[in-house]
Amino acid sequence: MTSQTTHAATAGAQAPKPVVEAKDVHKAFGDLHVLKGINLEVEPGTVTVILGPSGSGKSTFLRLINQLETLTGGEIDVNGEMIGYKRLPDGTLQRLNEKEIAQQRSKLGMVFQKFNLFPHMTVLENVMEAPVHVKHMPKAEARELAIAELKRVGLGDRMDYYPGQLSGGQQQRVAIARALAMKPEIMLFDEPTSALDPELVGEVLNVMRSLADEGMTMIVVTHEIGFAREVADQIVFMDGGVVVEQGGPEIIDHPREVRFRDFLQHVL
Amino acid sequence: MPHHVERDGEGLPIPNRIEAKPVKRTGQIVAAVIVALLAAMLIHGLVTNPRFEWNVVWKYLFNERVLEGVGYTLILTFLSMIIAIILAVILAIMRKSANPVLRGVSWFYIWFFRGTPVYTQLVFWGLFSVLIPRLSLGIPFTSVEFWSVDSQTVVTAFNAAVIGLALNEAAYLAEIVRAGLEAVDPGQEEAAKALGMKRSMIMRRVILPQAMRIIIPPTGNETIGMLKTTSLVLAVPFTLELQYATNAIANRIYKPIPLLIVASFWYLLITSIFMVIQSMLEKHFGKGFEARPVGTKGKQTPLPGKTEGEPQDDVNKTNEAAFLGYNA
Repeated sequence: MTSQTTHAATAGAQAPKPVVEAKDVHKAFGDLHVLKGINLEVEPGTVTVILGPSGSGKSTFLRLINQLETLTGGEIDVNGEMIGYKRLPDGTLQRLNEKEIAQQRSKLGMVFQKFNLFPHMTVLENVMEAPVHVKHMPKAEARELAIAELKRVGLGDRMDYYPGQLSGGQQQRVAIARALAMKPEIMLFDEPTSALDPELVGEVLNVMRSLADEGMTMIVVTHEIGFAREVADQIVFMDGGVVVEQGGPEIIDHPREVRFRDFLQHVL
Repeated sequence: MPHHVERDGEGLPIPNRIEAKPVKRTGQIVAAVIVALLAAMLIHGLVTNPRFEWNVVWKYLFNERVLEGVGYTLILTFLSMIIAIILAVILAIMRKSANPVLRGVSWFYIWFFRGTPVYTQLVFWGLFSVLIPRLSLGIPFTSVEFWSVDSQTVVTAFNAAVIGLALNEAAYLAEIVRAGLEAVDPGQEEAAKALGMKRSMIMRRVILPQAMRIIIPPTGNETIGMLKTTSLVLAVPFTLELQYATNAIANRIYKPIPLLIVASFWYLLITSIFMVIQSMLEKHFGKGFEARPVGTKGKQTPLPGKTEGEPQDDVNKTNEAAFLGYNA
């Protein structure tokens, strides 16, 4: 606690405060210790790409930020606010209730590997759903917002289709529009192109690239090394539940750690 | 046909359209002849056999008491199914709750009402006002009472019949609903959570509408079953529904067979109407799950990428829901 306040007091003036700050994050599923002390800071308006072999815990870390999993140890702050818990005056932690958690989640947009669009709603209804029912926005206003977001991802002409009638790439772009309609401060991408046919990957990456250009804070778990090299401000390589190497996009071409070098050789 | 070039929906030519004769299906024709022959024999037998007494059937088909019986059978079926469906959804959600007390209550309910015969339960509800003469609202284990009422005025024969049928049916339907809820991809709940939706809203807006598609066929089955289970309410005793009404007439005029035909006719007619309603409901809740729209020429979207990322149905869960219906 004390180190954090002094840090904020001294460094707050020069460097921008991180929007996401993970401090010694641990996650265990029963006996399986998946994350073993992750420390990470994400500056506002930057793109952080998390690389790593499957089973390295990178998706779990992303899901922790959005509270789809609960922390086993450590702390994650979003905009300086601890997620999932609040500190009582006596210093102990108390779990937040459902309403408070939903409130925190609504500031984060998330895009999943399997799109997870609502198949019983049209594309337009998918995008309108959360603004209308979570933010209680009037329908007409939500409709305009949804149309704008769908045009932004290039799907203005697919509004009345059902997700099952769209290609995988189109579905994923709808999923991005659906997340953007909640005006999130941070977008989380969990392997957004892994379930796509190769020829459809580009259209999704293009949307993500333009989002990054607009200054959206993004944390992306992906295997697309080219995208990472081109768009990322920060690269994090995870393996075995720890951050092995971390730095700017240049580390992709000049990896220091053997494990990172091996990984890059396998995926490139 | 070289002189005439066929065109597809977008006006593009299909120059060598194949126009071949279909495979000869001799077996189909043979089968059709045999079935037609058997059907003709059956109908001939039914019509010419004097013991079916079609004149009596015709006389009582639209008899006032019979029509009243049809009305009561329909009311009993609908009321008990509506109550049962509401209860079943509550029980299924309780069964999946994080709260162990709610889970336990739901489990006990299903265990009890599925484990005893519906006939026994109907007898019990018929005897309710004898077992518990007065219903009252007060402080438990004291003599303080704010309000009380005679059981007989609340649990009438009709109400006892509805309560008995509904509570029993809810236990079966609860398992069907639970299987339907579990068949919805867990990714749906995660996506809804990530959008900031709360549990109750996720259930109402995302999970239930999708589960309905899986729940409806076995529920239609249950409704048709319920239509005929209503004939058991004579256990209460409630004596105005179709089976009892026709049986009473049959006993009075000593002609059981024609009156059984009258009852069968009405049960079959109602079942047929239920089947039409069921297929309409299936269509409604199947929105978004059907194949791509037809007739959108020129605007057809490319085929979905063949990836495991497509929303897939959990076939096992769907089957489980269906079989629960058939076994119920």
